[in-house]
Formats: sequence, structure tokens, C-alpha cells
Amino acid sequence: VSSLDPMNGSGNLMDFLDEPFPDVGTYEDFHTIDWLREKSRDTDRHRKITSKSKESIWEFVKSLLDAWSGWVVMLLIGLLSGTLAGVIDLAVDWMTDLKEGVCLSAFWYSHEQCCWTSNETTFDNRDKCPQWQTWSELMTGHTQGAGGYLLNYFLYIVWALFFSFLAVSLVRVFAPYACGSGIPEIKTILSGFIIRGYLGKWTLLIKTVTLVLAVSSGLSLGKEGPLVHVACCCGNLFCSLFSKYSKNEGKRREVLSAAAAAGVSVAFGAPIGGVLFSLEEVSYYFPLKTLWRSFFAALVAAFTLRSINPFGNSRLVLFYVEYHTPWYMAELVPFILLGVFGGLWGTLFIRGNIAWCRRRKTTQLGKYPVLEVIVVTGITAILAFPNPYTRRSTSELISELFNDCGALESSQLCDYVNDPNMTRPLDDIPDRPAGPGVYTALWQLALALIFKIIITIFTFGMKIPSGLFIPSMAVGAIAGRIVGIAVEQMAYHHHDWIIFKNWCRPGADCVTPGLYAMVGAAACLGGVTRMTVSLVVIMFELTGGLEYIVPLMAAAVTSKWVADAFGKEGIYEAHIQLNGYPFLDVKDEFTHRTLATDVMRPRRGEPPLAVLTQDSTTVEDVEALIKETDYNGFPVVVSRESERLIGFVQRRDLILAIKNARQKQDGVVSNSVVYFTEDAPQLPASNPQPLKLRRILNLSPFTVTDHTPMETVVDIFRKLGLRQCLVTRSGRLLGIITKKDVLRHMAQMMNQDPESIMFN
Amino acid sequence: MTVVNSRCECLMKILNLPLQNSEDIRCKCICPPYKDVFGKIYKQNVSLKDCNCLHVVEPMPVEGKDVEAYCLRCECKYEERSSGTIKLTIIIYLSILGLLILYMVYLTLVEPALKRRLFGHSQLIQSDDDLGDQQPFANAHDVLSHSRSRPNVLNKVEHAQQRWKRQVQEQRKSVFDRHVVLS
Repeated sequence: VSSLDPMNGSGNLMDFLDEPFPDVGTYEDFHTIDWLREKSRDTDRHRKITSKSKESIWEFVKSLLDAWSGWVVMLLIGLLSGTLAGVIDLAVDWMTDLKEGVCLSAFWYSHEQCCWTSNETTFDNRDKCPQWQTWSELMTGHTQGAGGYLLNYFLYIVWALFFSFLAVSLVRVFAPYACGSGIPEIKTILSGFIIRGYLGKWTLLIKTVTLVLAVSSGLSLGKEGPLVHVACCCGNLFCSLFSKYSKNEGKRREVLSAAAAAGVSVAFGAPIGGVLFSLEEVSYYFPLKTLWRSFFAALVAAFTLRSINPFGNSRLVLFYVEYHTPWYMAELVPFILLGVFGGLWGTLFIRGNIAWCRRRKTTQLGKYPVLEVIVVTGITAILAFPNPYTRRSTSELISELFNDCGALESSQLCDYVNDPNMTRPLDDIPDRPAGPGVYTALWQLALALIFKIIITIFTFGMKIPSGLFIPSMAVGAIAGRIVGIAVEQMAYHHHDWIIFKNWCRPGADCVTPGLYAMVGAAACLGGVTRMTVSLVVIMFELTGGLEYIVPLMAAAVTSKWVADAFGKEGIYEAHIQLNGYPFLDVKDEFTHRTLATDVMRPRRGEPPLAVLTQDSTTVEDVEALIKETDYNGFPVVVSRESERLIGFVQRRDLILAIKNARQKQDGVVSNSVVYFTEDAPQLPASNPQPLKLRRILNLSPFTVTDHTPMETVVDIFRKLGLRQCLVTRSGRLLGIITKKDVLRHMAQMMNQDPESIMFN
Repeated sequence: MTVVNSRCECLMKILNLPLQNSEDIRCKCICPPYKDVFGKIYKQNVSLKDCNCLHVVEPMPVEGKDVEAYCLRCECKYEERSSGTIKLTIIIYLSILGLLILYMVYLTLVEPALKRRLFGHSQLIQSDDDLGDQQPFANAHDVLSHSRSRPNVLNKVEHAQQRWKRQVQEQRKSVFDRHVVLS
């Protein structure tokens, strides 16, 4: 509906406000793209630019700019993702502390920043300073006692409810696509699916703003998955600046793969891990050119985040650890046990979460999203406040669990009994018995573990931005630390057993519980997402220690094996299946012995295939066919008797071409013949002018014979990214197999519900 | 990491940007209890090369030969932050959040009330299969059909806004009502 009003004087400036007129070659919402067509269009464009570049200097410069546009897009994506991640980190830091108190000297400082310059912090109370006051201190002046505690408790809950209510309202009013993690939908988009608006500007803005609110409200969710979505939105935003990427859906997806790498890179401070995550988990086709560009984008993003410096000290992530204490061979046994725990927890989480999400999708629960978010936040806040380990943000919890206890740490976990007669410097722990603080911490941590395991199942998938990397790592870190302290105390109290004799000498380094926490975190994250290499690389980039690769790998491998024994899919694949997206996984193997005839349409008893003929269909027939059926395309045959295949034409292109022809060309009426050949057919002169539609015909559709094994057909669909494939026998068209048919067949073979595949 | 720090400082000097506030760097030394001296935390605004026990721990609580033993137990860390960045970020974030909240209140409460007064109650009911007037943007279709008359900037902005509202409504239907995407 473009306005061709001659009185409109504002010209091109306001054209962006007009509704874009869809041209031939674009795709409808919730449909799959044609990878081969996009690739050939890009090759054409490139060839045209190269041939024109020899004409003049200006054309040469334009061809150089075209070649460099990819790198410029990567640079812009890195800069914007890094900036947004820095903003998110700083805002989360401040708002999380806002639930407990406020800084009086400058309200924009979080607790740690507020007490940064103060000289009133003491060795025993490192967090107290007069500039920071809790709400009960501010309002009533009581600091101790039941009244102060209850007032703090009440205000904590109020703030948490306020933040989450704001988050879900903003999502609901402005950008409903901003909810959830985003990674399952991005996986599907990168495999060729179109979801218009999912990577739009409003989604970007709302996701950034509400992510801060959701994380600050104390809910058991993380920000890593949503950061991938934010980075892909940035990628989409910059793609629209260059026609090379905005007009070609295949090239755009290369940029989005690189943007996903930048997203993980700023979430964890792990550029290499980000590229590997994009390669392993998110992307579908990952050409080598994208590898180098993804790395560049991830580096630029990491560098930008570092220069914003959100955590002080130029650290990128809150839980960066730097110790290098060695580990011992015998410790592999508890590490493998942690791997088994990770695998079991991953299975439990996936089954529980999918069951709950299915319930939300099908029953009354789904009608009250705002109420659901408020209730879950309320329950989380009520149960989290009493336990000091769940009261603080999950990132801080992980940071404390990962850290080794030096003599200078003041947390309860490090309350070991010091022998005052020891004369050597206490910079590490040789075996020491645990003091009462450690035992208190142990049972508080056990309660926190149970709480987090249960509440995360209900939190992931609500209608606010939610990630699950941090909650999984928290569960693993708590379990790991508990096991680590148990092993350490066992080594102290029974140091005369054979295994400990060589291992722990008095006065020497023995067990590092922080390392067990890291291994546990890696195991749980691997169990739930089924990442392999990218997980190990992310964890080792987080810790900076090459010597811990073997324990991390042992735990990751064990957890993946244990989890795969119960179910083949990670959490993201399970959500893709729940939503019915047309995602043909490259990891699935199809080993059944069915043939193409078993899957193709039309089956026996179904109406025959809807075809167009080369030169004997009228415009009226075509329009009737389009109205009566909802197929996405029609094969074109020579004639109804011979049924020899000429090509394939898309529904959308047909609709647009006929509409265009009726408006613009003279003499085209309902009785006009539609022809797809090069020359017009011989018709009597009294017939109206025929309509040539050869331009929209795909002359090289993929065909297989009816005896092609389905294994080969699935392989072709996967490797070439096809949407449909025609089935012929001795040259005659027999039927059609679409991607939806393939997915339904695979689901049927795996005894899942084939009707759950919803999209084409 | 210290190499990157000094490179960042060089870059900032080259760009003539003001280096941080002198309050934004500090050296923090944590000294545990030793003999009969209590544990204490010392902070001073010194640069990286002066960040050690001897420069920062003042006044030194022990004498002579004990200084070395005391200092060996202390752990000194150099930290810097950018208070200007923190202030700017939080204030920008709060302004954007405030604007969004105001716009949301306007769209959900104020605009339907105004439209009801302008167009009359009867015309709002004929929006198609929405879930009643409580949906924001329920009247997008009506306004689109009313605004054919003036092709100027304001009209175009309103057109674009109504198109956006229609898109959001579609998204809301897919996500919240039919649970087709993002369940």
C-alpha cells in the first residue's frame, strides 16, 4: 500500500515509514528459505559487481566496499554487543543490590562500589560502611533485631515483585517475542526458518531492558542465552544497512552466526568459547569464512566490554578465578561422580521443564502469564531471603564457590580451624579441620541446592527473558563444593589411608574445593545443554588454567554419556520439538530402511497432486487452485497426459506475479492462458493475450526416484537445505516430499507424535 | 592483564581523554591477624608500581624485624574502576526504563480512554477476533481506515505506528494466546 500521491512533497525521507511492497523472491513469515536460490542470487550479484568493477574507478571502489562490508558489519556488531553487555552488567549489579539497600552518597552505586573508597571497612566486616544502608536502617534506624529483619524481608519481596511485574508487562505490551531464552528460536532461524520481528529493533530494546529487570528480581535465571538473542538482534540491525545482507537471507544468516559467537563471548568473557558455541550449538551451515569473521566479532565484543570495565579490575566476568593449585589422579573419581550427577540432573531438568512447559502450552496455566511470573517471583523471593547463599545474586554465589580459601577470605566457607602454632605463612590450606562455620555453610548450601533444582524447572520458559547457563552452573557449583569439602575433610581425618598417604602431606596442598565447584558447574551445564568442546573451552577461558582441562573434560564427557543414556536431546532441541519448529537436526541419524514412496504425497486415497501445465492452464484455473489449496508450490508438467516434469513454481511468486499482471499488463483477463515455455503457444486470434510466467519458474527442482532410500533423501534435505523434493518414476512425476513430511516421518520412526510438527 | 591496563592508559592519553578520577584507583591491602595485632584492611590511592605492603600499610603496626613477616602475610591488590561510566550507564538506563514505562501507561490506559471519547464507544467493538478491549492496540484497524485524508508527516508517523501496533498484536497472539511460538 505505497502512497503514490503526487502532492506528497516529503519524498524519500519518509519512505521508510511506508509499508514495504513485497517483491518477488522474499519469503512469508513462518516459512523456510530456499538456500540454493539465495546462494545463486549472491553469486549473481557478486559476478555483476566484479564485471562492473572494470569499467571505472568508482565501480572499482564500490566493489572494494562490497568486499569489506562483511568486516564492517562484524566490527559494528562487536561494538554494539559489547556496549549492551556492559550496560546490562552494570545495571544488574546496581539493581540487585537495590533490593536490599541504597547508597546514600550516590544512589547509582551498588553495595561494593559504595564502600569502595570508605575507610570504615574492617577485617571482620568487610561489607559494612556507613554510606550504604539497608532499607530498614534507612526507614526506621533499627539495624538488628526481628523488626529490622522482617522489614528488610518484606521490602526485598516487594522490590522483587515490582521488578518482575515491570518486566513481564513491558514484554507483553511492546515485544512479546522478547520472552524466553531465544536460543531454540535462533537455532531454527539459522537453519532457514523465517520469524519476522524476532530479531527486530523493539525486540532488541525490550529484551535488553527487561533482562536487567528479570535478573535483578532474584529469579533463578541467567542472562547468557538472552545475550545471544540480543547480539543476533544487533546483527540483524546492521545487516539492514547493507543490501548485500538485507536482501539475501542466506548471507544474513552467516552474519547472525557470527553475532551469536559475539553474544556468548561477552557473556562469559570467552571469545574462543563463543565461536565454538556458535559452531556447535547454534549454527546450521558454518562455512570457514564465517569462522574467521565470528572470531573477529567475538574479539571486538570482548575488547569493548573490557574497556567499559563493568566489574573493575578489567575482569570480564564476575567469577574469574586465577589459582593454579595442582590436582591429583585419585581426584578423578569424585570428578567422574560429579559428572554422573551432572548428567542425572540434566535429564531431570529437561524432563521436568518440558512437562511444565507443555502444561503451560495446553492448559489454563497459559492464560495467566503475568500472574504466573508474579507468583513464581513471590515464591522465589520468600524462600530465597532467609538463606544467605540464595539471597545474593547467583553470579556472586558462583564466584564465592569457585574461589579458593586463602587466609584472607572472610566467608563462612573458609572458617577453618587455624592452628596458632603454625609458623609458616598461611597462604593456602594444608589439611585443616573444618570449623563450625563450614558445617553451617554446608547445610545451608544443601538447602540452596534443593531449592535451586526445583525452582529453575518452573522458571525457565516463563514469559520474561530467561537463560539457564547460570542456574545450571550454580547447581553444579554447589554440589561440587559440597563434595570438595567432604573429600577434603576425609583426607584430613583419615590421612593414614593408602590413597591419601601419597596425596596429602601435612603442610602441603591437598584438596581444592573450588576446583570441585568448577568441575561440578561444567558437568551440570554439559548435562543440560549437551555441549562438548565449547563447554570445556568456555570453562578454561573462565579460569585461565590449562592444567584443569583434564578434570573438566572428564566431567563433561561423563555427564554427556549419562544424560544421553536417558534421552538424546539437549534442552534446546527439546524446546524446538515442543514448539514444532521445522528443524532438521544435523546430529540425528536416520537409519531406517524406508523408501521415498513411503513418505511422498499424495498417498493412496488422497486427491491427486495439484499441478500446473506448461501451456494450457488459464489465469482463472490458477487462481482457483491457489484459493482451494494451501500448498506452498506447484510442479509444472508438460501436460496432464504425459506428466513429464518441467519445473516448480512457488505459491507466493504466483500470487504476486498474477496480481502484478492484472494491474499492469493490458489484456490479461481470467481466460488468459498462463504459459511457462520460452515462446507463446499457438492460439486462435480470438483468445485473450497469454501471460508468460517463465521468469518465476524454477527450472531445476530436485528430484529423486521412488526407490531412493529415505536415508539419502534426509541427507539431501539436510545438506542442501531443501524445502521440497519431487519424486519421479521413469521420468513421470509421481509425488512430492516436503520438509514437513520428512520431519513427520522421522518423528513417527522415533515413536513421537508426528502431528506436533506445525510449520513448513 | 597489567600489560593491557597500561595499554589502555596509553590509548586514553593519546585520545586526550581525561584519565579517571583519582578516587577511581586504589591499592587494597588485607592483612590477617599477627601475634597480637588485629586484622585490618588498608586502602590508598596509589598507582600500580607503589601497590605493595610497604607503601600502603601506614602506620605500620609492628616494629623492626617483624615488618617482613607481617608484610609476607598481607595480600595487596591493585583495583581500578570508572565511576563516570557507572553513573552515566545507570542514569541512561533509568531514563530509558522511565520512558518505556510512561509510554506503556499511555498506551494501555490513556489512549483507549481518549479514543473512546473521540470516536464513540460503538466503533471500538467491531475489532475482529481480539480478546476484548483490554488488549492494547485493539483499535489499530479502525484508526488505519480513518486516516486517508492528510498525506503529510504526522499522518505517516501515525500510519507507521499503527502498523507497528498491528505487528505487536500478531506477535502477542502467537506467543500468549495460541502458544504457537515460544511456549
